[in-house]
Formats: sequence, C-alpha cells, structure tokens
Amino acid sequence: MRHLIDPLDFSVEEIYSILKLADDIVANPNTYQNVCAHKKLATLFYEPSTRTRLSFEAAMLNLGGSVLGFSSADSSSASKGESIADTIRVISGYADIAAMRHPKEGAPLRAARYSTIPVINAGDGGHQHPTQTLTDLMTIRRRKGRLTDLTIGLCGDLKFGRTVHSLIKSLSRYENIRFVLISPDELRVPEYVISEVLAPKAIEFEQITSLEDAMPKLDILYMTRVQRERFFNEEDYIRLKDTYILNAEKMQLAKKDMAVLHPLPRVNEITLEVDDDPRAAYFEQAQNGVYVRMALIMTLLGLTQEDKAND
Amino acid sequence: MINIDSIQNGLVIDHIKAGTGMDLYHLAGLDKLDCCVAIIRNARSNKHGHKDIIKIESMIDLDLDVLGYVDPDITIDVIRDGVIVEKKKLAKPRRLVNVIKCKNPRCITSIEEGIEHIFYLSENGRYRCTYCEQEHGENRN
Repeated sequence: MRHLIDPLDFSVEEIYSILKLADDIVANPNTYQNVCAHKKLATLFYEPSTRTRLSFEAAMLNLGGSVLGFSSADSSSASKGESIADTIRVISGYADIAAMRHPKEGAPLRAARYSTIPVINAGDGGHQHPTQTLTDLMTIRRRKGRLTDLTIGLCGDLKFGRTVHSLIKSLSRYENIRFVLISPDELRVPEYVISEVLAPKAIEFEQITSLEDAMPKLDILYMTRVQRERFFNEEDYIRLKDTYILNAEKMQLAKKDMAVLHPLPRVNEITLEVDDDPRAAYFEQAQNGVYVRMALIMTLLGLTQEDKAND
Repeated sequence: MINIDSIQNGLVIDHIKAGTGMDLYHLAGLDKLDCCVAIIRNARSNKHGHKDIIKIESMIDLDLDVLGYVDPDITIDVIRDGVIVEKKKLAKPRRLVNVIKCKNPRCITSIEEGIEHIFYLSENGRYRCTYCEQEHGENRN
C-alpha cells in the first residue's frame, strides 16, 4: 500500500502523473464528481490548520466521497493519552484513507507503519508537508509550463520553513534548476539542505540577504511567513518577522512573467497591492491545492484510469 | 606485562580503540553476562600503538550493530577448542534500532509510548532519526 509521508516518496514520473491528472480535473471536473462515492477520508488533525483541513475535505467532497475526523488534539483520543499507533489502527476500520496533521515530527510515518489504509502527511511539525509541495509544483508547472530550467527564489524563513525544504528537495530532481536563497543570516536554510541536497547534485545556488537584488533574476519567487509557533524565543520572532515585505515597488524589478507563490496564510510579507498584479499566483495556488489533493486521493486509492487498466 | 589465559571456547573482541573498552562492555550488555569476561585495557598493538580487548568465555550472540556503531574498526574472533575459527570484521550498520535515542523535543519519539528509536546511516556517515531526520547529537534549536 502506498502512503505519502515525504515529498520524495513519489518518483518524478509518479509526480508527473499526479500533476497531469490534476490538470485534467481542472479541465473536466464533472468527470470526477463521483469517483470516490462511498469512500471516506479521515482528517486526523492534532493541531489546528483550518486551511489544509478544508482543502482535503473539499477535495474528497468534490470526488463524491465523505469526510470524518477531528480538528485538534483536544477533541481526539490523544487527549486521553492514546498513541498514534493505536489511533490509526482504529481509524483504519472507519475510513478508506487518512490525512494526518501533527505537531510532532515523524508522527505520520509512525501512523503509516501501523495503518491498513493509505496515510497522507498533512504536515508534521517543522518537518515535511508533501501536499503543499505537490501544490507548489502544480502551480509552477501551470504558470511556467515546465519544472525544468528555472531560477527559483525562496524568501523569508528558510530555517524553519518546512515547505521550503520540501520544495528544494523536490525541485532538485529536475534539470537545470537554480536557487536564490533570500533570508536573514539567522534564518538561512539548515546546513544539511546544502550538504545533502544541493551540493551532491552540484545544483547552483546563492544565499543572499537582499530581496531587491534577487528580483530581476527570478522565474519564481516563493515567499514565506516567519512563523511565531516555530520560535521558542518571542524576542527573536519580533525582531525577524518584518524582514522581507514584497510590495509593488519591488515587483517592478521582476521579470514580466515571474510568478509569486506563497503557501499562505500571509501576515504582512506581501502587501495587498501585489494581489492585483497578474504575477501573484498564491490564491490560484490555494485552489490548485484542492485539485492536486483530489488527484492524490484518487492515486492512493487506486482509482485512476491507469490503475483500472492494470486491474 | 599481564598474562590473561587464552580461552578455549568463546569470543574475543579485538582492536577496540584504547580507553573505550569499558563503554563498549556496558553498551553491548556484557555486564549482564554470568560467564567469565576479561577486559584488557591499553594492550600493545602494532597497528594502533594501544588497544583494548574483551575476552568472553562463552559463545554468546553479540549485537554486531551496537559494536559496529561504537567502533567499526573492531574485529571479533570466534574461538573453538582454543583455535580461531572465524574472524568477523565490522562495519557501520545501516540501521540502528534502540541503540541511541533521538533527543529532538519536536520528534514523535519524545511522546509516543512503545516507539522504537530507529536511526539510519546518512550519506555523510552520520546517523539520522528515521522519524524527524535530525542527526544524532545535532541541536537545530
């Protein structure tokens, strides 16, 4: 049985199939409206994340399936001290597929080892968020028509930003990718991202602190929020949270066909005036998140045309 | 020079880095054995100058993963009827289960009951927790 725990669990070819299916869902939504009839998705959210949970639920409902679950640890059996291993074994009897969000890193992997239904990692602490990565890849591909030959700027919290680490790992598998890593010195990407992901593949990258300097080079600008919950120290958070703000003035420095992505929610790192710029792709990105989760659910449940042909 | 009798049937853990024999004795659980065990510290070694040696007068099942993790350069001699019948060379194990513990407070291993602490050997030759991928001994906070 397949799970999605790490963004690299799928090969480049498998990701291509999922993105292609997502494109087809965009083009022909009616074809898919009953594909998951009588199937149930369990959303096991041990920490609140309304956006991701609703995206998963919308995806399953669009496919004609049903959803059940909980949206915080307080309303789950975890508050009574039940282990992940026990919870997923019980849920395996209630649903056909599960999406798990957990504040502790590695919780969905633990669940997958005991589960008899496919488990999707919907974010595990500061570790991985593979469906966000699929969403990002889909948005880049739809905007640029390719996942190769791109200069990608990642800006903001590159230390704790799990979406950033996952995206770097995933894009590193494509040809001719360059990264411009824009962050304050305190929030640079962890050393292992460089030594284990970028350096072994000789991927071109630069680490800079100026967003303005980076703008003209970029095909994609991936903005991130400095997240309060990732800091142990409130002072550090307050000092760094306003470091990078993207506004109309900075957008003038960018290529005409650049795309701005953001995993959302934003706080103030992208000003509202940028929303009207055709290069702003972040709301479209959120919409793509539903389509790509639909494609993912179908794939993990073996409901794609390819799976049927192989039956 | 102290003489320690040769053993007739048992195991000799040889080429242990000088000074680490006692740690290995505890980590490999040899302190729980009821057979005769000799720890020789700072024995002369042609290769390394000095080394530690542990002799065990019994054919026990040694956890080679633990030994390989502590010191991949050690060798194990299997002795039957006073003759070395096998020399085992160790290597760093690719996977460690319940040998070391993940110290990351954000890792699921910090709260989940009954969970095994599993580490894998990463490309840089160090061990990473299979759950949170933090390197053993690394502090990302």
